[in-house]
Amino acid sequence: MTSIYDGNGKNIPCTIIEAGPCIVTQLRTKEHDGYEAIQMAFEDQKEKHTTRAMKGHFAKAGVTPKKVIAEFTRFEADHQKVFGDILRVDIFTEGEFIDVVGTSKGKGFQGVVKRHHFHGVGEATHGQHNRLRAPGSVGASSWPSRVFPGIRMAGRMGGKKVKVINLQVVKIILEKNLVLVKGAVPGANNSYVIIERYL
Amino acid sequence: MNRAETIKYVEDTYIEKRVFPVFKAGDTITVHYKIKEGTKERIQNFQGVVLQRSGKGINQTFTVRKISGNIGVERIFPASSPFIDKIDVNKKGVVRRARIFYLRKLRGKKARIREERV
Repeated sequence: MTSIYDGNGKNIPCTIIEAGPCIVTQLRTKEHDGYEAIQMAFEDQKEKHTTRAMKGHFAKAGVTPKKVIAEFTRFEADHQKVFGDILRVDIFTEGEFIDVVGTSKGKGFQGVVKRHHFHGVGEATHGQHNRLRAPGSVGASSWPSRVFPGIRMAGRMGGKKVKVINLQVVKIILEKNLVLVKGAVPGANNSYVIIERYL
Repeated sequence: MNRAETIKYVEDTYIEKRVFPVFKAGDTITVHYKIKEGTKERIQNFQGVVLQRSGKGINQTFTVRKISGNIGVERIFPASSPFIDKIDVNKKGVVRRARIFYLRKLRGKKARIREERV
């Protein structure tokens, strides 16, 4: 992340996203695949790291091997995208709001206070000495004699798909295919995200 | 472009480089700060001792402390802010550390800072 100053001199925290060029590599159709979608690929990959099957797939679309492939449904209704069409950041406008989907940073095995925002005991007095962040009761006793599914407990946290909605596009840098988004996006540095926009 | 290069490119291109006189913790400076009130713009001065310079690059900030009516007032300025009109260095102080937070506890004669001899 970084920050830039807007026209009023306000300091805006920004995340820089390299968005494109994305190349259309396949069109999913109702007749053939049962659903409508556009498959897009981003960022070059070395040929030796590409499987033979994927090489064939990219050759069909007439592009060099790519690293990331994603499918987009609910694309603009009147789209006329074909193989090899290139999408750049000029599809965004400054000031509009977008959603960003990414994989959140893995936090490992975490307790309920961090993972589910339990409040813990709160104080170390009233007979407490080692249960400050304990989850407390997970249910009743003889009935039902079991713990109901879905009770929030400690466990693996993070590393999941997260969507942050309504992030403002602060700036678009056409020549480098960069989008500056106000605020943070899910995931570690250099990870891949999907930008969505609903019309 | 890798991550560092990308960030550097954005910062270099879209953030105006501000050049101010050199100052460090212990110096007394006056910050001429632009304030927007509706459509009008005026300049407010904030004079005090620099407690620290923090961060680097465009994220650098500095803290200025002054005593206003027996109450200590501190203000943190972003060093690359376009609102800073100019900075005057009034006094060069001699202090031994880069961050002089001990000054907050001192009052009166003890809160003096030795001036640098030129």
